[in-house]
Amino acid sequence: MNVPTQTINGTEVPVFYVVDEHDHPAGSSTMLGFWLYLMSDCLIFAMLFATFGVLGGSYAAGPGPKDLFDLKLVALNTAMLLFSSITYGFAMLEMMKGRVKSTQMWLGITGLFGLAFLCIELYEFHHMIHEGAGPWRSAFLSSFFTLVGTHGLHVTFGIIWLVTLMVQVARFGLIEANQRRLMCLSMFWHFLDVVWIGVFTFVYLLGVLR
Amino acid sequence: MSDTAVVANTGLAKFIFGRLTLESFPYHEPILVATFAMVALGGIVLLAALTYFKLWGYLWKEWFTSVDHKKIGIMYMVLGIVMLLRGFADAIMMRAQQAMAFNGSDGFLPAHHYDQVFTAHGVIMIFFVAMPLVTGLMNYIVPLQIGARDVSFPFLNNFSFWMTTGGAILVMMSLFVGEFAKTGWLAYPPLSNLGYSPDVGVDYYIWALQVAGVGTTLSGINLIATIVKMRAPGMTMMKMPIFTWTSLCTNVLIVASFPILTAVLALLSLDRYVGTNFFTNDLGGNPMMYVNLIWIWGHPEVYILILPLFGVFSEVTSTFSGKKLFGYTSMVYATLVITILSYLVWLHHFFTMGSGASVNSFFGITTMIISIPTGAKIFNWLFTMYRGRIRFELPMMWTIAFMLTFVIGGMTGVLLAVPPADFVLHNSLFLIAHFHNVIIGGVVFGIFAAINFWFPKAFGFKLDQFWGKVSFWGWVLGFYFAFMPLYVLGLMGVTRRLRTFDDPSLQIWFVIAAFGAVLIAIGIGAFLVQIAVSIWNREKLRDTTGDPWNGRTLEWATSSPPPDYNFAFTPVIHDNDSWWDMKRRGYTRPLEGFRPIHMPKNTGTGVILSILATAMGFALIWYMWWLAALSFVAIVGVAIFHTFNYNRDFHIPLEDVIRTEGERTKLLAVQAAS
Repeated sequence: MNVPTQTINGTEVPVFYVVDEHDHPAGSSTMLGFWLYLMSDCLIFAMLFATFGVLGGSYAAGPGPKDLFDLKLVALNTAMLLFSSITYGFAMLEMMKGRVKSTQMWLGITGLFGLAFLCIELYEFHHMIHEGAGPWRSAFLSSFFTLVGTHGLHVTFGIIWLVTLMVQVARFGLIEANQRRLMCLSMFWHFLDVVWIGVFTFVYLLGVLR
Repeated sequence: MSDTAVVANTGLAKFIFGRLTLESFPYHEPILVATFAMVALGGIVLLAALTYFKLWGYLWKEWFTSVDHKKIGIMYMVLGIVMLLRGFADAIMMRAQQAMAFNGSDGFLPAHHYDQVFTAHGVIMIFFVAMPLVTGLMNYIVPLQIGARDVSFPFLNNFSFWMTTGGAILVMMSLFVGEFAKTGWLAYPPLSNLGYSPDVGVDYYIWALQVAGVGTTLSGINLIATIVKMRAPGMTMMKMPIFTWTSLCTNVLIVASFPILTAVLALLSLDRYVGTNFFTNDLGGNPMMYVNLIWIWGHPEVYILILPLFGVFSEVTSTFSGKKLFGYTSMVYATLVITILSYLVWLHHFFTMGSGASVNSFFGITTMIISIPTGAKIFNWLFTMYRGRIRFELPMMWTIAFMLTFVIGGMTGVLLAVPPADFVLHNSLFLIAHFHNVIIGGVVFGIFAAINFWFPKAFGFKLDQFWGKVSFWGWVLGFYFAFMPLYVLGLMGVTRRLRTFDDPSLQIWFVIAAFGAVLIAIGIGAFLVQIAVSIWNREKLRDTTGDPWNGRTLEWATSSPPPDYNFAFTPVIHDNDSWWDMKRRGYTRPLEGFRPIHMPKNTGTGVILSILATAMGFALIWYMWWLAALSFVAIVGVAIFHTFNYNRDFHIPLEDVIRTEGERTKLLAVQAAS
């Protein structure tokens, strides 16, 4: 690095402080901070996946994946979540163009897809519990419900956050702070999508093959 | 309460109070009643004094709601020191019990109480003493060392502190409402499962750690972002002060390990609350999963505690030897290697699990490898001192005591890393002696070095030397008296957590250990006296320069205590040891051209959220479902409400900056004239 200097009384002296200082832009570390948070969350999922990996075969003479999983339903559910990621992407594109109304519309559609995903998941859970395959039945089911349920809880919070942001965009418009928040939620939402792809592959598809 | 009949609530009382009954209050235990009376009396006197001197408004406005990293740092330190007293009370009770319980004597602690004492001691010392002290130190020093005005997320910082405090409050509550876990500090299942621990103890454990854990993870994220994003211009990574480097590594470890603790405790609570089978003995559960997972957090945790103190020792050694740190680059790489290796050794905590020779060898070897970078650090410190002009001030004394003591702890650690030796020493007092050797000799000595070193920065006056030395000798001698006998006992095969003993020939060692605990008590007492005496004599101990030790890093460039905004002008860095460089090359303090300074606003949201989280934890512990649900909804509501506040910062007016800097100019002029 070249050293900035100034001349005082004819001698070169290095500059030791910023004279012409500007405010730090608000939220300049937010994206990094949010990434770090996502990675810590990712570790929670990693740990739940590992637990499922260890306990996923412990049926305790109870039902296994083949008896319980309805792949068509899961495929439908996966589609819901993947679509919601695409529509969130559209919302972000509209946000970049500064269009409040269409941003809101795409956010709304994203929320509805998320809600559909949750409803299908709850139906699946209800069905399994009804058949006597609740989380207390075996270690396999404990780890299944916890992994998939934790993901579902994240989606639930994502939806609450989405609604909050829609209200804030409606009230304050697409101001810089709101754009930053939408960007964070965007990362969160796509992150959940990535996690779900892991769940779909390792829990459902490989589970049925097991 | 294991020795009383269980009177369960019914009907409405059950709905409102869950399983909290009159019997939950340990009024039939004289030790606890006496403790409660003392705490209550002290509490009432404190509250009355605060009210009488009209300090509530001041505390609320200037401290509790403050987002200033310096004030939050100080609050963390106060929390850590208060909890140290509680944790030490547990320690001295254990030492007394073990010294007494020979020749048929049962000692003075009944089994169910003794089990809580050793559990609480471990939990408190790690989570509510060491963690707050380390976090507080990083909070205070790091932004100053990198020339920043605050951390990246000041509100989050305040919230993190209050969550840590919330966890500490839950642990303290367990003393008088119900009981604490009787499982040991890591609450291994199946013992910690509902079947074997049906009482509230383990639930207190779980929720105290969960509430505090949120705070720790968030403060980790906050400090990483701060170090990465907010360094002063010119401060490249390899020009960062070494304490900032070790703090960065520590916070990486926090973010990469505390989520595991959160998740594993969540699974344990599912086992206890929902009836899942993660760690049960039947229906496919696997208790060893828990032991693996908790140590995947637990081993990085010990490096989370020690790394920042390695940074402290580096700063102290270099300052008090009047020399640049020897081998800065190797120090940085050693820290990074330790950071990475700390994830590859967790299994050495349970070689006896039965994972087989190959797995044990792998983890034994990785463990031994960690001693290489650590040894490199010791040599770096020694070479820094070599031919230095060493000043034996208190921080340097603590550092030298650390080097001697820690090396012993390190060597016994390498002994334990050998799987066959570990099979003999596992769970023995040898292990207890080892980890106290590294934690007291490393973390505690480091904290005292740091407090003595940076206290003048935080408060504007030095700490009293005489009482500091009393405290030093109390701790150092006390440590050797208290823990060397445990090495001996461990080698003779005495296991940990025993309440009574049969072999009378062992008693003398326990008596020596108890004597050591008394010396440590003197050390702690002298430390408190040191603080009091220093406040009393503060005018005599005053430092007006802001640089009492002829320091080397940026925190010494500003006044003591630093103004709210830390630096009137953001410094520009040309070299590591940047303040030294500035002094050497004719830096002159700017006297004009000030500007208004952009700062974050205080907020009470952190306090409110933490109160709600603590209430939720309490409700979950006692099965008061309505309160749990209510506080949960309130937490979400308050958090959302907080996001509607867009107006979070302000400018410190120019005239305030000019006045503050003008006062410092006057002080410096007086100093220069005298």
